[in-house]
Amino acid sequence: MTEETILLTEIKNGVGFITLNRPDKLNSFTDELTFRLQDALKEMEKSKEVKALVITGAGRGFCAGQDLQSRSISHEEGVRPSLGDSIRRRYNPIVTKIRRMEKPVIAAVNGVAAGAGSSLALACDYRIVAEGVSFIQSFTKVGLIPDSGATFLLTRMIGATRAFDLMLSAEKLDCKEALALGLINKIVAPDALMTEATELAVKLAKGPTKAFGLTKRAVNKAIFNDLEELLEYEASLQEIAGRSDDFQEGVKAFVEKRTPAYTGK
Amino acid sequence: MMTLTYRNILTSVEDQIGIVTLNRPAVLNALSHELMGELVAALEEFDRDDNVRVIILTGSERAFAAGADIKEMSDESTISMLNKNQFATWDRVRMVKKPIIAAVSGFALGGGCELVMTCDIIIASETAQFGQPEINIGVIPGAGGTQRLTRVVGKHKAMEIILTGRSITAHEAHALGLVNKVVPVELFLDEAKTMAKEIAKKSPVAVKLAKEAILKSFDGSLCDGLEVERKNFYMLFSSEDQKEGMRAFLEKRQATFTGR
Repeated sequence: MTEETILLTEIKNGVGFITLNRPDKLNSFTDELTFRLQDALKEMEKSKEVKALVITGAGRGFCAGQDLQSRSISHEEGVRPSLGDSIRRRYNPIVTKIRRMEKPVIAAVNGVAAGAGSSLALACDYRIVAEGVSFIQSFTKVGLIPDSGATFLLTRMIGATRAFDLMLSAEKLDCKEALALGLINKIVAPDALMTEATELAVKLAKGPTKAFGLTKRAVNKAIFNDLEELLEYEASLQEIAGRSDDFQEGVKAFVEKRTPAYTGK
Repeated sequence: MMTLTYRNILTSVEDQIGIVTLNRPAVLNALSHELMGELVAALEEFDRDDNVRVIILTGSERAFAAGADIKEMSDESTISMLNKNQFATWDRVRMVKKPIIAAVSGFALGGGCELVMTCDIIIASETAQFGQPEINIGVIPGAGGTQRLTRVVGKHKAMEIILTGRSITAHEAHALGLVNKVVPVELFLDEAKTMAKEIAKKSPVAVKLAKEAILKSFDGSLCDGLEVERKNFYMLFSSEDQKEGMRAFLEKRQATFTGR
């Protein structure tokens, strides 16, 4: 897989499509992929042709979140990366761009959405999900906090009680339960996913884009008015978590495929 | 009234409001020497025009003004900068007697931010960004930024903004007291006009003397400022507007001010 093709874009019938394309790695985020996604979002926002946007993943995953083997997070013994910095540069601009873009953004969730991949789906305006797919707040499995907006996106969308449990348990949230919680819009058969998402996008693209954009601005004001502040705060807390022994142990255990032995430090 | 032809700005008058629009879109309204000359000429023309009671200074949605014209300056020396005396033009902005409302959207950086702070009231769009990035190119603000920003937001915030060169959002600027009001981007000029119309209803002579007294608080002691305020207060009792205003109040009706 070359760097060129890790992200694909297309514009058709007033709809912009962004496809994360690292299928062999469940489209997990490398540095390069996060920056490519930022650029693609900027272009789609600017394009006068694009009136609605669909984000999806190639292969069997939507996005598995941070690639734990990529360079910005992997580390040699004793060298601890600045996760806060990585989040500020790589992930937060993605969430901000999707939320502030005054066009409807649809996540066509074709497969597992874990960690920052789940946050990516949550930042969108619509979530159309293939049957059998689950969402996982996988962050705490490796001793981190949910980031890329997950702490407040999830909390404000489904309430603190369920959100807190999902974040601490890091257990799969099945799409049926996600639908019952109001977290997603619709479950469709896997082979109908792109047709359904595209139909919705084309319909939205034919609508009053300005009014849709202003509606999104009002919704943002209602529940995400402090978006930038909350993202910044989350990044600061992740910086703290990233310095912990538990995170070191968490990643090590993940790579070695064993159960981590956490100390709380 | 003599009407001048401008190349870098647009002017118009509606409902006793004179509007100056900075208009160099290709360079985000960079404040060239020529633009500043035209701006001052337009402001002074409005200041003399009896049909204008309030002035609005604005740019485009994308930029109020992204700064000075760096191209004009990069090869200058201390002596050549001194001889150019470019800030003499800026001093004339501050001498305008009628109130100036800045309607700001997009970038208001460097000289753009300083020009905004030379105005009397600031209405910002949600997308406005303010900053003094001069430090990033090895200089400091030269058109009043270190003085006016400090007086508005206090020493510590001014230090942060000027020494890091980082820009701040409209909402931060509002929290700091730098801007009067933040509105959606589509409405920033309308909001400025609404406020301008409200001020245009007042006695023009009282408005001018109030502006003079408020600005006096920036330079000099409290004693000096109070003296100007008192002098201007007494002076207004020789105006027809004062008689009309107080009579209308007692007669419970709307006053009509003429500026005499």
